[in-house]
Formats: sequence, C-alpha cells, structure tokens
Amino acid sequence: MIIDRDKWQEIFSTINKNKLRTFLTGFSVAWGIFMLIILLGSGRGLQNGVQHQFADDATNSLWVYQGQTTKPYQGTNAGRKIQFTNADYTRTKRLNRHIDHISGRYYLGNKTISYKRNYGSYNIRAVNPGNKYIENTDITNGRFLNRLDMEHFSKVMVIGDIVRKDLFKNGENPLGKYVKVGDIPFKVIGVFKDAGGNGEMRKVYIPVSTAQRVFNGGNRLNQIMFTVGDATLKQTKQIEKELRAEFAKVHHFDPADRRAIRISNNLDQYKKVMNLFLGIRVFIWIIGIGTIIAGIVGVSNIMMIVVKERTKEIGIRKALGATPRSIVGLILLESVVITSLAGYLGLMAGVGLLELVNKYMPPSDFFRDPEANLSIALTAMVLLVVSGAIAGFIPAKKAASIKPIDALRDE
Amino acid sequence: MIQLENIHKSYQMGKNKLHVLKGIDLHIKQGELVSIMGSSGSGKSTLLNILGILDSYDEGKYFLDKTLIAGLSEKKAAFYRNKMLGFVFQSFNLIPFKNAMENVALPLYYQKVPRKKRNKIALEYLEKMGLKPWAEHLPNELSGGQKQRLAIARALISQPKVILADEPTGSLDSKTSMEVMELMRQINREGITMIIVTHEQDIAEQTDRIIHLKDGRIEIDANSQETKQKVFETLVEEKAEA
Repeated sequence: MIIDRDKWQEIFSTINKNKLRTFLTGFSVAWGIFMLIILLGSGRGLQNGVQHQFADDATNSLWVYQGQTTKPYQGTNAGRKIQFTNADYTRTKRLNRHIDHISGRYYLGNKTISYKRNYGSYNIRAVNPGNKYIENTDITNGRFLNRLDMEHFSKVMVIGDIVRKDLFKNGENPLGKYVKVGDIPFKVIGVFKDAGGNGEMRKVYIPVSTAQRVFNGGNRLNQIMFTVGDATLKQTKQIEKELRAEFAKVHHFDPADRRAIRISNNLDQYKKVMNLFLGIRVFIWIIGIGTIIAGIVGVSNIMMIVVKERTKEIGIRKALGATPRSIVGLILLESVVITSLAGYLGLMAGVGLLELVNKYMPPSDFFRDPEANLSIALTAMVLLVVSGAIAGFIPAKKAASIKPIDALRDE
Repeated sequence: MIQLENIHKSYQMGKNKLHVLKGIDLHIKQGELVSIMGSSGSGKSTLLNILGILDSYDEGKYFLDKTLIAGLSEKKAAFYRNKMLGFVFQSFNLIPFKNAMENVALPLYYQKVPRKKRNKIALEYLEKMGLKPWAEHLPNELSGGQKQRLAIARALISQPKVILADEPTGSLDSKTSMEVMELMRQINREGITMIIVTHEQDIAEQTDRIIHLKDGRIEIDANSQETKQKVFETLVEEKAEA
C-alpha cells in the first residue's frame, strides 16, 4: 500500500502544484520539532552539567559529621561536642547490611609536603581503604591504600595528580619515592585523578591508623562516610534513622537533636535534583508538543483546502470505483508525508545546532554535552507520523464523504 | 439488464422537498442503445445518477443485472460501479496530472491490477480509439474529441455491462459529435448496453429507443420512428412553453 507508485505520483503532483503553501505549512511543523529538539537538548545539557557536579563523590554515599548538642539530655548540658572514635567506625560498619564501602576520616589539615627541593602545602586526608569508592578516586598509577597498610600503620601516601606535578618535575615517576610531611617520610604508592576537579587533585591520602599514631590522634575520628550499594532512597532514610538512634545511645544525646551529629545523604540530594530535571523535562515536552500542535492545525488546514480543491477529482475516482478507504489512505498519506519530511528537516536542523554548540562551547558546571539522543529522535519521528495522521484525519473523513454526483457537478 | 420498479426520489431543498422522480418503471434489456431526453428539471440526470449508483433512491426497486441495488455500503457501491458500469461525461472528467494511458488505466488500479499489466491493457484500448500516439500526453494537450474518446476508453477498460453517458457530445462540435456517436454505436454493437442522456435530437435519433421524461415521470417510451418523432415534437412544445 505504501510502495504504490501511483499514490506517490499523486502526492507529489499536488505538493508540486502548491510549493509555497506546502513549504509554509511544513515550516510550522519543522519549527515545532526544531524547538522541541533544542529544548530537550538544552535540558539534557543542563542536567549533564549538574550531574557532573555529582561525579565527585558516589551518589549513593552518606556522610556523617560530628556536631554539638543543642539540647540537655540525661544530665548532660547542651553545647557538648560529640567526638567520633574508631569504635564509631566499627559500629557504623555493622549497622546495616546495605553499607558496603566505609571510611573514617581524621582531620590533619594542611601540612607542608616536600620532595627533594620541591615542596607545597597540601591537605592530608587520613582515611580507610573504602574511601576510594566514596570519593570516586580514579587511580592512574600504582594503587590505593589497602588493609595491610592499615594494619601495619604503614607510612604510605597516595597523591593527587596536581601534587605529583608540583613535586615530581620533568615527569619523574613518583612510585616508591619518599616524600616528607614535616620530617616524617612517606612512601608514594599511588597517583589519582578525581572528577571533582583540581581542588580534589591537590589532596593526598594516608592510612587513618598511621595518622592517628604519627600525628597524635589517639583513637579519634572526625567524620565517617559510607556507600549503601543499591539501597533505595527509603532504605537510606531508614539507615539515617538507625544511625542517629545508635549514636544517640552511645554518645548520650537526644535522638531528636539534629545538631549533635550531621548526616548528609548524597542519594537524597541526587534524587531531588534528578526529580527537578524530570519536572523540567515534562515541562519541555508540554511546550514542545504545544508548538507541534500548532503545526498540526496548520497541516490540517492545508489538507482541508487540498480536499476542497480536489473534490472533483475525488468524485471521478469514486465513479471509477475508488473505495472510501483508498481515498482516506491517499489524503492521510499525503498529510503524513508533508509532516514527516518537514519534521525531519526540523529535526536535522535542531540536532545540527546542538552539535555545533557541543563542539564550540566549553563545558561549564551548569551546562555541558547538550544532546538529542537516538531515543529522542525516534520519539520525535513517531510523533511526526502520528501528528501527520491526526492532521490528515478530518480532511480525509471529509474527502471520503464526498458524493460523486456533487463532485461531478462541481464545475 | 436494468429493471426499475416504481422509483421515487426527492431532494431536501432547505425546508422544501423537491420530488424529482415520481415513480419510474423501466426495463432495459442487454445490448440496447437507449437515450433519455427531457427538458431541464425533468429528472433525467437524477435518473442517470441512480442508474450509475452515484446516488440513492427513496422508494422502489432497482435491479442491475439481476442484483438488487439498495442500501449498499460505499465499498460495495464502489465495487459495482467499478465492475458493472462505465461512465462518460460531458466535461470528460479526466484527471489533469495523469497522462492518457494512466487515465485509461485508472479503473484497473482500483481492481488492483499490477501497474505494468494495466498500462499494457490501457495501451490496447488507446489503440482501438486511435489514440496510441498520444498515450504519454496529458489531457490538456488533447482536442475535445480526443478527450472524449479517452474517456470512452476509460469507461470500457473494466469491461462493464452498461455504459452511462451524460451529454457525451455536449462539449463537442457537430462533426466530432458524430464521430463520437459512431464510436458509441460501434461499442453497443459489441453487446454493451448503452444509456445516453442528451437533449440533442440528432444524437437521440441514432439510438434504438428514446425515453422521454417529464416532471419525474416517463412521458413517452419510444422505439419506433413515429413515436420518436412525437417525442421531438413534444420537446419543442415544452421548450416553447418555457
């Protein structure tokens, strides 16, 4: 039915007869699709930009910070500082089956690190091996801290790529070399990069056990963070609740005291932002579809005129034995052809513009990689064919209801 | 071939009802060459439309080749029109953007005959009409007589039982009219029933039988020379009265 030369011949002959009219109608559809693609692509770019900010840390991570009580509780005063210890680390680890990678952190602050004649002040993070997964640390050379380093209080260090560039000039291989923190030598065992940006790559990691021993930390920790595997948002909320209850019991604070410890739930924030983008996408679709509807009305209008102009011809066909169905098919197909061709051009223009933006605009924190992916393009194509059919429907019905006698009298 | 029993037809014209056909009884046998005459408003076009299944009737019965034509769906009506009937119109009603061959082949398109085959058949019919050299021409490149011969070829290609012609020579000069009429008589001699609506005496004279319609009724059904002559005389009177 579709591959019928006569049908195509007829469609193109009518389109040819009314080039300007067809162009103007087609333009409204093309514009609608163009706008939809641009909007969806920009929405995607915005989302990619924000999503990129989340790439620094695992989106399924929870971060627990020590705080200060704000309520008196069981004889203790408000304003008491809560201090985490290694026991809290162990406690958290056993808290919930969803907790997979976990790390404590002991704050050392900035210290001067030197290698030969080069030195600089860098933030030292004393962590457990699980930190690698929580911070999305990307080891480019050597390895990250491991369990043996912890157990043996090894003086080893994993350095950020910028630290490497600062200390090891002329591309010298840092692995196995000793750098000094104050007077204490640490052996470099790995180099990392981090999607979080240059700030993150200006850090170094050492085992928390070593840090506590060497820098007089006792058994103290300042924060604890962990990932929760594929736990749902609801499950992470439950973990937060359990954690708060458990810590309240051990550290003697009111479980309702939100300031005693602070829990930052990355998954929660991630989900909120993603929901925001879902909302934006829905909004974009509404606008886009509104624009396309305007196009559909235009095409429908033109098809009405086409049917009116071809009344006589349709009458002749009916007299010669054309069924209503074949007439409907003809008008519908013409409508679908006009909208599809025009829409396809709009689609191409939209995608082309997005590609140009992608190529020549530097990615920022809020906008990067705008794209109209294949699924959007396919959806748009389906949308076009459907809208063509909708646009042609009423005119086709009108054409089918033409009585041959009326048509043949129509001189 | 055609059997009409007490056919009535009226049109709603605003609030008024226009009773166009007031009980037509007519029997036309296979192979007859019949003309229908009458002044304007006598209902001859309406009758032709009903015969051509282009319009419905309100009352009575219409048998076409022993098939009762009543309450047909559009699809069925299209089928009968395609298989049983051929039409020839005053204004030719050719499709302007199709060439001569494609115009002739159109009825076969609706019979789902493959393109190559139907074009081949169309060429055969064009040859019969002496139009083969114009096969690739568009209708507006042909003369009036050629256009009507083209329309006749198109009416014949589906090998219909009946050909209905509405003022087939109305747009032609008298010489071409005679040629077309001769062609139609020739087709009739091959056994196809032919019904021609006309107001031209010299066309009607060449038919075997003249049906004279007046005010939606059959006034005279003439098949002899005398009765035919009487039809012409009454028509002249009617014209004078109007």
